Amino acid sequence: MNQNQEIQKLVDGILNKQIRYIAKAISFIENSEYKIKKPFLKLIFPYTGKASIIGITGSPGAGKSTITDKLIKAFRNDNKSVAVLAIDPSSPFTKGALLGDRIRMQSHTTDPFVYIRSMASRGALGGLSQATKDAIKVLDAAGFDIIIVETVGVGQSEIDVVKVADCVVLIFAPGFGDEIQAMKAGVVEIADIYVINKADLDFAQKLFKEISDIANLSQKQPKPAVLKTIATNTFQESGIDLLKKEISNYLNFIKNSSNLAKKRQYFIESELIDTLSKAMIDKILSNQNIKSFFDKATIKKIYNKELNFYTVIDKIMEAI
Amino acid sequence: MRKIRILIAKPGLDGHDRGAKFIARALQENGYEVIYTGIRQTPKQIALAAVQEDVDFVGLSLLSGAHNELFPKVVEELHNVGADDIIVFGGGVIPNSDIEFLKSKGIRAIFGPGTSIKTIVDFIENESKSRNSKIG
Repeated sequence: MNQNQEIQKLVDGILNKQIRYIAKAISFIENSEYKIKKPFLKLIFPYTGKASIIGITGSPGAGKSTITDKLIKAFRNDNKSVAVLAIDPSSPFTKGALLGDRIRMQSHTTDPFVYIRSMASRGALGGLSQATKDAIKVLDAAGFDIIIVETVGVGQSEIDVVKVADCVVLIFAPGFGDEIQAMKAGVVEIADIYVINKADLDFAQKLFKEISDIANLSQKQPKPAVLKTIATNTFQESGIDLLKKEISNYLNFIKNSSNLAKKRQYFIESELIDTLSKAMIDKILSNQNIKSFFDKATIKKIYNKELNFYTVIDKIMEAI
Repeated sequence: MRKIRILIAKPGLDGHDRGAKFIARALQENGYEVIYTGIRQTPKQIALAAVQEDVDFVGLSLLSGAHNELFPKVVEELHNVGADDIIVFGGGVIPNSDIEFLKSKGIRAIFGPGTSIKTIVDFIENESKSRNSKIG
C-alpha cells in the first residue's frame, strides 16, 4: 500500500471511531516530520472544532491525574464520550520516558467511550509535547465530546496549555510556598478555574483564601471560580461533581458570549505562526544552495571571527 | 523514526510491583517510552491499554504463580482486539518447566530473576528490527 492509501485508511478509521486507528494516527503524528504528516492533517482538519477541550495543569503531585480520573467518571455520568491526553516528561539525556498518569485512570480503560493516551514531552518545554495539538485534532475528528489534556507537572512558566484548551483548570495542593508564589506572573495567571486539591491537609484553607484573593483581582470574564477538592475521597463528597459543574458553566458562558470564538481564533493564530516556522525551517534546510552557508567550514570561520555571524544570516535570508 | 513504546503491566491479584517498576525505570534509562499501568489489572484492561497506547511490546510481571493462566489470556485478549502484532514478554517467579508452555501460547520470551537489563534490551532491539509498520 502506498503512503496516500495508508493515510486514507487512517482517516477512515478515525472517522469510524476505531480505537486502533486513532492510536496509530497519534503515533504517526508523533513520529513524522511535518511534510509527511501534512497530507493527513489536511484531511482531518474539516472534521475538527466540535469537541470541548479542557486543560488540567498544576505542579507535580498536586493531583492532576486523580482529578482527571474523577472528571472522566463525572462526564461519563452525563453520557459524554471522553478522550484524555496525559503528558509526562521525556528524559533529556536518554530520550526515554516513564509515563505513569494512566495508573490513576485504568478503571476507564474498558469503557468504549473513553480513550486514554500517554504522551512523552519529547523535548518540548511548555508543558505539552510537540504533537499534542495535532493529537487533539485526531480525537476531535473521532467525535469525542470532551478532550482532557493533562500537562506535565508544571513550575512557573509552562503555559502552552492555554494555546489549546477552552478551559484551563489549575490545581494546587497545600505546601508549595507562600502567597507571593500565587501573585507571580506565568502559570498562575492562565487558570479559568482554580482547584485546591488535598483540601483535608493543613493550610488548605489558608491557600484557598489566598487563591480566592488572586481570583477576585482577575480581569477575566467570568472571574475564575475557586474550588476545594479531595480527589481521593470516595466515601463523601469529593468536590469533583462541583468542579465538573463549574467547567460546564464556564464552557457554556464562553460559548454564549463571543469568548470561545475569540479563544479559538487565538489558538489558530498561534498555531499558524508555529506551523509556518516549522515549514519554513524544513524548506530552508532542504535547499541545497543554503546548506553551504552552515557547513562545518562556515561554522569554523564564524568561530575564528573570519565571518560575521549576522552576515551569514543576511546571506541565508537573501538566498531564500 | 518510530519511538519504541512498551507497556509494563501486572495481571491478576499480585500487589508486588517492585520488579515491574524497576524494569519500567530501567527501560526508560535505555531510551524507551514506558507506560506502567499499576497493579491488579485484568488481561482485558492490559490489552485495551496496549491498543490505546499503541505500544510495540507488552511486558507482564507476575509473582503469584498464576502465569500459566493469565499470560496466555493477555495474548488472547490482544488477538480479540486485532492486535496480534504487539509482542508479549513476561517475567517474575516462573519455573523453567513452564517456559515452553508459555512460549507455545504466544509469549515471545520469559525473563526470570537475575536477568540482566541488557538481555531484555537486546531482545527488544532484535524484535523491533523484524517489525515493520510503515505508518505510526
